[in-house]
Amino acid sequence: MPPIKMYSLSTCGHCKHTKKFFGDNGIPFEFVDVDLLQGQERTDTIEKVRTYNPNCSFPTILIGNQVVVGFRENEIKEALGI
Amino acid sequence: MNEKELYEQLRKVQEPKGYLFNKDSDLVFDLLRGLLTNKERYGYMNCPCRLASGDRTKDQDIICPCTYRKQDVEEYGSCYCSLYVSQDWNASEGPHPFVPERRPPEKFSF
Repeated sequence: MPPIKMYSLSTCGHCKHTKKFFGDNGIPFEFVDVDLLQGQERTDTIEKVRTYNPNCSFPTILIGNQVVVGFRENEIKEALGI
Repeated sequence: MNEKELYEQLRKVQEPKGYLFNKDSDLVFDLLRGLLTNKERYGYMNCPCRLASGDRTKDQDIICPCTYRKQDVEEYGSCYCSLYVSQDWNASEGPHPFVPERRPPEKFSF
């Protein structure tokens, strides 16, 4: 299983659904709720998200070296090879 | 104000305009809590699905209901967040179309 890193917002429904999808399927993932970050850490993280997704929308999900924007279940499954 | 009061307040104004709350009430109350969180954090109800800059003027277009809701509901049947939907959207079992971010990237000013 490729490593998963998700950039999310703590208030966003699509982000919550994505976290639930990984959880329900027993798929390990890391996430950062960008709205909860402050100062330099927030600025640096936003810059990083922009490099993957210029729209800086959430969730932005890195699956291995693939980027999936939004809770697109089929794309996520495809990237995971499941 | 709690999310139930906000629900009633918004419903009265938005339903007559044809904007219904999503039939998934768990999602709706999560998003309403998100709006109240943002109101507390920033002083305005920024879209819970978008990152606020903290500057009301710059975020004007993403204060809920956002500037993009009308076009998104017309085209996809729901707003970007899926908080507000059309009657047809709620009547459909789905799958519902994915709503891409319509806000132009140059509007992001973090």
